[in-house]
This record gives sequence, structure tokens and C-alpha cells, in this order.
Amino acid sequence: MSYQPIKFYQTGTFTVGNRLLEPEDRSVQANMRRTNSLNSGHRACQGCGEALGARYAIDAAMSATDNQLIAVNATGCLEVFSTPYPETSWQIPWIHSLFGNTAAVATGIAAALKIKAIKGGNDRVRVIAQGGDGGTTDIGFGCLSGMFERNDDVLYICYDNEGYMNTGVQRSSATPPAARTATTMAVGEQPGNVFGQGKNLPLIAMAHGIPYVATATVADLHDLEAKVTRAMQIHGARYIHIFVPCPLGWGSASNDTIRLARLAKETGLFPVFEAEHGEVTAVSKIRRPLPVDDYLKLQRRFAHLFGARPRTDVIARIQAQADRNIRKYQLLQEAPQ
Amino acid sequence: MLKQTEGSRAVAEAVALCRPEVICAYPISPQTHIVEALGEQVKSGALVNCEFINVESEFAAMSVAIGASAAGARAYTATASQGLLFMAEAVFNAAGLGLPIVMTVANRAIGAPINIWNDHTDAMSQRDCGWIQLFAENNQEALDLHIQAFRLAEELSVPVMVCMDGFILTHAYERVDMPTQEQVDTYLPPYAPRQILDPAEPVSIGAMVGPEAFMEVRYLAHAKQMQAIELIPGYAEEFRGVFGRDSGGLIHTYRADDAETIVVALGSVLGTVKDTVDEMRERGISIGVLGIACFRPWPLLAVRAVLAGAKRVVVLEKSLAVGLGGIVSANVETSLAANTCELYAVIAGLGGRPITRASLHRVFGEAIAGKLAHLSFLDLDHTIVDRVLAREQQTRRSGPIAEAVLRDIAAVSGLRAKDQT
Repeated sequence: MSYQPIKFYQTGTFTVGNRLLEPEDRSVQANMRRTNSLNSGHRACQGCGEALGARYAIDAAMSATDNQLIAVNATGCLEVFSTPYPETSWQIPWIHSLFGNTAAVATGIAAALKIKAIKGGNDRVRVIAQGGDGGTTDIGFGCLSGMFERNDDVLYICYDNEGYMNTGVQRSSATPPAARTATTMAVGEQPGNVFGQGKNLPLIAMAHGIPYVATATVADLHDLEAKVTRAMQIHGARYIHIFVPCPLGWGSASNDTIRLARLAKETGLFPVFEAEHGEVTAVSKIRRPLPVDDYLKLQRRFAHLFGARPRTDVIARIQAQADRNIRKYQLLQEAPQ
Repeated sequence: MLKQTEGSRAVAEAVALCRPEVICAYPISPQTHIVEALGEQVKSGALVNCEFINVESEFAAMSVAIGASAAGARAYTATASQGLLFMAEAVFNAAGLGLPIVMTVANRAIGAPINIWNDHTDAMSQRDCGWIQLFAENNQEALDLHIQAFRLAEELSVPVMVCMDGFILTHAYERVDMPTQEQVDTYLPPYAPRQILDPAEPVSIGAMVGPEAFMEVRYLAHAKQMQAIELIPGYAEEFRGVFGRDSGGLIHTYRADDAETIVVALGSVLGTVKDTVDEMRERGISIGVLGIACFRPWPLLAVRAVLAGAKRVVVLEKSLAVGLGGIVSANVETSLAANTCELYAVIAGLGGRPITRASLHRVFGEAIAGKLAHLSFLDLDHTIVDRVLAREQQTRRSGPIAEAVLRDIAAVSGLRAKDQT
């Protein structure tokens, strides 16, 4: 039987054991009173980045709102794997309406809560909307933009796994260039997804001037929790874009989910930052710059770039995108004085 | 209180008296005046404890209403035509989730070709979506039906669509009797939801349902509508008790008791039909009217009872099931049972084409004389249609149809067109 040795003391990140932190700095998940809002027993795949991200995000939001939270869910993996009725993993009030209307349903809930509060009801209840990248950057984009523009009191969380995984791994507008999906096949002269102009939802959210926008990955769950907590301290429209690797769709090992999320950030492909009212206020620096090859090679969706005839031209274009992010967001650590 | 007002404003006032808590607005003619008037009421403070939300599409309008209703608020919106189609996915969803939203549909044609005038194609396109559909005959009934709609919707936890003819009713200034707040409060209790998103009692709403339960869920939607058949007459009765007038119910009849010929219709055209029937009765013709006030659920037995003695039934309808014919007449047919009377479907008034007494006299007369086709199109210009069809026979690239029709009409009436310039 094969085994993999695990080093408990060094994980290659800034990760620090909770026991070394002051109690108020420890993660929500480490707290005995964590709510398990997305409870165990759901049907997510092994190594699902979305399940991990959602568990941390919603528990953090619950903690920040003293458990006064309602969640709206777009159609998608998270919705399907969490509610195979009569079983539900949700320990909080939760509604799924459609694929493309999640932000609008959340607006309606926020409006109802506002009137209930005026009429003397519970004035502390908050609302979160959540969906995958398809439900956010594609079909739900109109409703999301409307919610931003009106500055409705909703935190929208996008779990971005870069494709329509629930329907069998098709391309979304969040699918990266060259990636193989069921609708961007790895055949022909330009295998995989096209090099489009991209659709950067965090930047589009910032262009609405909303009070808070952040990106995060499931490689830094402490950072993710902190951003959700911060978002819940603010009223108005807020947006958090969480990078969640998908072993099924990406053709990656289920034990590489965290590693891939970390590599996406460390290569510069996925900038991790915070913005308020349209201006970037904080950036997570790259600790150890790495070439995009390190990230791409772990995923079968990019395997056609590394075959017998490696597509160094395509890899160079992807590297150029990462380099552009590094310049634009100033992702590199400043040299020690 | 009696007042002279526009249909849209009358409806808006009635909706405001129902104390809605969330109103979503997106402009589309001919519904726009309703939400404009409601927005003014909220903004001025006349309507308190209500969120008025300007959304970015009809799809969002219905979705905001879904969220608001699920969170326990009394939710309202209004739409028409393309707007109803654009929100269709959410319209089905609201019904499937059992959320008692009330929506006005200011009935209008559906494009292409784009057309803003009245017919019933929009409402009919959603007839099987699970909403209750009530049709107003005049502005008084339009405003009254909204008050009954909230009562019915919330009792059954089913959404209700109040259909009123675009422009013909929405933009017509008529005398209406506007209820008092006390009357509405007496009739309509505060909303007590059957399901609610509440942190104190968490539930999951909208879960995946597989083959093991889907049939049962759909059947229950049908069962709710069957309950509505039972409730609606009683609610109309109760309405009369509080407000002192007849409004709503399943059906309206007019001089139909002994009639050999019964005309079936819904909406504002019933006024013209009744006038025509009066004139025909004066000439000794045995003819009456059946107005469908509630189209969904279909009042199967009530319609059957009225039509039981009829020799012929003429269904005058403002929509077309392309490739079949009449939609209302297909529904009427289910009520005929063993009745072997002649059934005529008359498609009329599409895209706002006027339905005149003269044309009705002619078509009813033809039906009585046994000369009417079982499917006919009132005042259809066959000359124009034949020209277009002939050209399509001759020319492969015959061009866009609607534009050809307009051009041909202009050509046929060329001299008159020249005179006007």
C-alpha cells in the first residue's frame, strides 16, 4: 500500500497552527461554536474546492452576524450536492430559485427584511447570495450588476471553478485560455479555450463602485474568513470572488486542490486583493514567484500543452497574462530594505 | 368613493390599499402607469412600510418578488407582453415554489412583429405555469380583482395574475368606486406565510426533487388550483358583503339562461359583446354571453352548466394557438362533455385590431345561420394575405413577411395614402 509522508510543521505557506494564535485571531472553523452551516454528508466530489470554500465562507458569515443569516443559492454544483432531498446540508435558512436570478432573489429578501425590521421585527438578519462562475459571470450577470448598481444590502459570493462543472465541464466566461472543456475540445491547431478578452468579475464589481470587493482562494482559508467577516461588517452591495479548484473538471488530483489554489495565486494567475468603493486597498503578495508551468502541469485540462510537442507559445501567452497581473496589482514582495 | 380615473391609477390605488411590502418595477407598455403611480405613493409617503425597487429587467422583477415573498413580505409587480416572456422562467418558479405573489398583466401582443397593442397572447402563453389567472372586464373589476387576488394567493400560497386589457383598460379614464382602507383591511388579513426564510427556524426551500416525488409535487399544484375553484365564488360573495358590489367569481353570465347561442369571451371585449347581444335580442334572436373571469383554474363545471342548453357556442378570443386555432375554445371544449352543440372559434382583435359591433353582428349571424367556419379570423384581410402568399410562390427571396404585409396594405390603399401626404 502506497503512502505519502506528511510533515505537520511545514506546509510551504504562511499557515500557522491555531494554537499559536490569540483566541480572537483563530479561525472560525477552529471555534467550538462554529455552525457547520454546510453540514457534512453532502454529495460533493472528493477534494471539491467549492464545498470547502462555501463551508468556511458561510460559517464565517454566520459568526459575523450572530447566526442571523439567510442564504440564496444559484443552480449549480453547490445547490445540487447540498440538497438531495429529503436530505439537506444547510443548517441555515436557504433558498434556491433559478440559475440566473440569485442576486435578484437576494435583493428581494433584503427588501423584505428591511420592511420587517421597520415593522418591529428582527432587524439583524442579513442575506448572502452564492453561485458558481457560470451563475455569476454568465447567466446571472444581469441580475448581479443590477444588485450592485442599486447597492442592495447583499453579499454575493462567487465560487469560481472556471467552468460549468455541474452539467459536465463546459466552458464558461471564466474558463481560462487553452483550457480543455467539453465545449472547448483539446483538438485542432488551437486546442482548448480561445484567448478571449476575459471577463474579470472582481474588476467589473469594482467598476460599480460598491463598498467592498475581494478575491480569495481556498489555499488561504484564514484570509477567506477574514474577508467574509469584513464584508459582513459593511452594509450595501459586496462581492467576494473565491477561487475553488475542481478536481473533476480540471483533471487534477483531489489532494491537489489546496496546492492548485496556492499556485494560482503564487504564479500571479489569480490576484488576491481587497477593494473598497472601486479602489484596491490591499493585495496578498506572492511569496515565492513560480512559473505558470508549475500550475498548468498538475491539470489534465492543460495536458495538450505539455505533450510530445509542447506548446511553448501558448504557455508563454499564459505566462504573459500572469506577468501582467503581477505588474498591475504589484503582487511581488518588495525587496527587504 | 366614486372617482374618475385612469385604469392603471385605479389599480395602483387598490394595490396600495392592500399594503404591499415589496414592489418591483420595470417599465413596459402598457403596464407602466401602474408602477409609476405606486412608486409615487411610496416616494411621497402615502404608502408606508413598502420597498419600491427599480430593477433591471422583468426577470429580476419576478426574482425580487420571489425573494421578498419567501422572506415573508407581501410582494407585487406588473408586466406585459415581452416582459412576461422575459420573466417566464421565474414565473414558473414562483408557482413551483408556491409563493403568493400578485402580478398585473396589462395584456398586450407578443412580437415579432413588435406590437404594443392589446390582445391576450402574453397571458395565454403562461396559462399552464401554475398561476391563477383572473381577467378583468372593466376598470372597476380590475381594481377589485387585485384585492381578491391577494386574499386568494395568500390563502392557497399560490401566485395570482390579474389580467387587464392593455390600453383599452389600463389607459381608459372611467368612473370607479375606490374602496376605503377600512374595507380592504376588513377583507384582506395580514399576510401569514405558509413558508418563510427565518433564522429562528431554518428551512431549505427549492431543493432538488427527483422522479420519486416530482409527480406528487405537480399534482399538489393542480390540487391547489382545484381548491381555488371552490374558494373563488365564496371570496366574491364575501367581497360583495364588504364592498357592496359584484366583482370576480369564476364566470359572469348575461342573458344566457335560455340562449340558443352563447358567446364566450374574456376581458374588456365583453362590453362590446353585451351591447351586440342586446341589439340582437331586440331583434328576437336568442343569444347570451358567458364571460370567463377566472381562466386558470379553468371553471370546468361552471362553464358546462351555462353551456348545457346552448345549440351553438361562439368563442371570441384574442389569442391564437398557431397551428391549432383557438386556445379558449380548446378549453371550452373540455366543458362541453356530452353536449354536441356547434363550437366556433373566432380569433379576433390580435395586436389591437378593433372588434366592432358591426363585425360581431356579422359573425354571430353567420354562426346562427350555420355559415361560419369552425375556426375563423375576424376582419382578416384575405386580399393582402393572398398577395403575400402568391409572392412567396413566385419569388424565393420574398423578404420579411411583416414588412411585405405593410407594404401591400399601403399599395392597396395607395390613392388614399397619396391624398394624405
